[in-house]
Amino acid sequence: MANQLSLENWTCPLPLRNYPTIVMGHGGGGKLSNELVENLFVPAFSNDTLATLGDAAVVEMNGSRLAYTTDSFVVRPLFFPGGDIGHLAVNGTVNDLAMMGAQPRYLTTGFILEEGLPLAQLGVIVESMAAAAQLAGVAIVAGDTKVVDKGHGDGIYINTSGIGLVAPGVTLAPDRARPGDVVILSGELGLHGIAVLSVREGLEFGAPIESDCAPLNGLVAAMLAASPDIRVLRDPTRGGLASSLNEIAKASKVGIAYQEKLLPVPAAVAAACDMLGMDPVYVANEGKLVAIVPEAAADIVLAAMRGHPLGANAVIIGKVVEQHPGVVVARTGIGGTRIVDLLIGEQLPRIC
Amino acid sequence: MCLGIPGRVTEIYEAGGIRMGKVDFAGITKEVCLAYVPEIQLGDYTIVHVGFAITQLDEESARESLELFTEMGRLNEELNPEEAELAASFPPPRCGARPVKYLDEFRDPELAASMFAEIRAITTRPWAIMEVCGGQTHSIIRNGIDQLLPPEIELIHGPGCPVCVTPLEMIDKALVIAGVPNVIFCSFGDMLRVPGSEKDLFRIKSEGGDVRIVYSPLDAVKIAQVNPTREVVFFAIGFETTAPANAMAAHLAAQLELKNFSLLVSHVLVPPAISAIMESPVCRVQAFLAAGHVCSVMGTEEYRPLVEKYHVPIVVTGFEPLDVLEGIRRTVLQLEGGRAELDNAYARAVRPEGNLPARQMLGDVFEVTDRGWRGIGVIPQSGWRLAEHYRTFDAELRFDVGEIRTQESALCKSGEVLQGLLKPNQCPAFGKECTPRTPLGATMVSTEGACAAYYQYGRFTAASDHSIPLYS
Repeated sequence: MANQLSLENWTCPLPLRNYPTIVMGHGGGGKLSNELVENLFVPAFSNDTLATLGDAAVVEMNGSRLAYTTDSFVVRPLFFPGGDIGHLAVNGTVNDLAMMGAQPRYLTTGFILEEGLPLAQLGVIVESMAAAAQLAGVAIVAGDTKVVDKGHGDGIYINTSGIGLVAPGVTLAPDRARPGDVVILSGELGLHGIAVLSVREGLEFGAPIESDCAPLNGLVAAMLAASPDIRVLRDPTRGGLASSLNEIAKASKVGIAYQEKLLPVPAAVAAACDMLGMDPVYVANEGKLVAIVPEAAADIVLAAMRGHPLGANAVIIGKVVEQHPGVVVARTGIGGTRIVDLLIGEQLPRIC
Repeated sequence: MCLGIPGRVTEIYEAGGIRMGKVDFAGITKEVCLAYVPEIQLGDYTIVHVGFAITQLDEESARESLELFTEMGRLNEELNPEEAELAASFPPPRCGARPVKYLDEFRDPELAASMFAEIRAITTRPWAIMEVCGGQTHSIIRNGIDQLLPPEIELIHGPGCPVCVTPLEMIDKALVIAGVPNVIFCSFGDMLRVPGSEKDLFRIKSEGGDVRIVYSPLDAVKIAQVNPTREVVFFAIGFETTAPANAMAAHLAAQLELKNFSLLVSHVLVPPAISAIMESPVCRVQAFLAAGHVCSVMGTEEYRPLVEKYHVPIVVTGFEPLDVLEGIRRTVLQLEGGRAELDNAYARAVRPEGNLPARQMLGDVFEVTDRGWRGIGVIPQSGWRLAEHYRTFDAELRFDVGEIRTQESALCKSGEVLQGLLKPNQCPAFGKECTPRTPLGATMVSTEGACAAYYQYGRFTAASDHSIPLYS
């Protein structure tokens, strides 16, 4: 595909004029990632299902509504406090399906292995995938393995695809948020991103935290059982809560306003962010979701979330508003306001 | 400019002849160089910047500040019962007998509310105050402080982001060096996105350059030690706060006789920049909040001649919301009283003499030089370069990039923004040709840059107002 690309023929309003080559930021979950999707992938593959830009596609086949998605995992290091790349690969796809209200059923997986990867390490990762699949109630039913030359991969890359059934009457989509809805967050922010950073080469720091990597399908089932009226679910992975809220605000053409003092940020996450000059709302989570819920259903959904182990610390953090469509605004700790925009690429440690 | 956060020393040890230690930041522990705080003991608090303890925090000063703030809150309660009721809905202030943690106390919403009330009460006329440091700009916008100040007070964002003011020419040199095969180019994170004439370090990385983000300059030295066959270059940018860390890297490299390590030095100094701003014929700045962490290294005395020469108040100010507000309050008190004095509103971290061991190292490793500032031009005697006996570690000489000369964009008004002549959103290119993704000038580049801060956090300030309905 890449060989036939003609940059001159692009008709996009925002050509990637600064970067004629891919840079790390294109995978960072911020504006560069979005521009790649909006200006290249969506026009090229042009279809209505893709254009919804949900965490997973919802397609109809033989009268059944199926959620279908794929995700690739390139985490470094491969093992981190609270998880590993295998664990992440299963839960990432399970969660993308769950965000469409689907009960995940079957996963496939592709391994890209680098020459020299110790078999024992691969064994641990595969065992970890098997355990995660069992916990999430999914079966890994097909797979593929390729090996690349030494130096052409970080040990192992994993792709997973998944499929699940969407229950009748459930319609979750990023463009369904309406003014007056409330924004609910399922728990503490920033644990995964900070846990991984704490063991990143060159940045090591001691942190009493573990990745929150977990399958969210059980929590989602409990929420939908409490109220099928939930409008949007999103798991704030790379790019964090801020990116998820921005994507919802833009897709629904509404404003979103939240209160910083209501955000559950663990002390250690806050301290690590202070130290690195980062903002917890841009840090990745792997076992949290943000829900947009009609105000009338807020209490019952919140109660259902708090009754589930993965939603025990769920809180209402803000509200969908008519004002400032497409823009997320935070009320700061001392009572000011600020715009919470998408980042360009990855969040970088801010030193100076 | 200088992100520094307070932490408690939990371990002290020697490593490779240097005093090192572990510092605890509310549960996060990090290895930190303690060479510049030789008297610090276990349990003491320090401010850490790029892996270096730059000053010991003084508990008594911290308590005094907090007591002053609390007292102000009490007075306000008597004067403004309505605000007191509002403030009472927030958690109580955390000071008094409890141990000072140096962070949350200075973010207290209730005390901030009374500080805003106090500033409103003492302000009678319009004042233009420049916060010099990019870290303060960040704190102001990030917390929405500017929107809560009385309309008479205008904050002008100064040239205090080292990433922003690094001259285009120096970035172009960095890009050339980083593209040389066999070079490992090490830089602070924010610098990677700063565009040179055509490219940035991200782009060089995508073309195969080995560009690495480091947290501390000592990390770059380590990389040089473990990669003896590679040339390791560290992009040594920053103000006086970062300079001791970079100086230590040069000093260590000399001690270890590292042949494969060099520094691309682009250090800048605050006092000459303040002079340059005051000398401008269209200068609007009436007072300065001086950069607290710069002063914790350099001390306060070098600002006294500026206060006297230009009859301008200079108040050394910290970075947490209450620190910024206290700096503004003391500045307004001087302005309203017709006074111009040197004042220190960040006494817990700043001593008049600064950090003597750090200043001694700076005197040994660096010498003063003329320096170009992106968007402003050359300011005489406003930078540091490696001193003669460290010249073998100068990457400009080692890679022969001394002849690179670069012109800056004509469309970009960052020079005027940095001098306080223009608000970022008054620039014709703001948000159009110039966005954080396609920055024309330095000030749009770093999250601390005045334009980027405006774009990121305050883009809709004019359109929106404080009545944005928020769920409570």
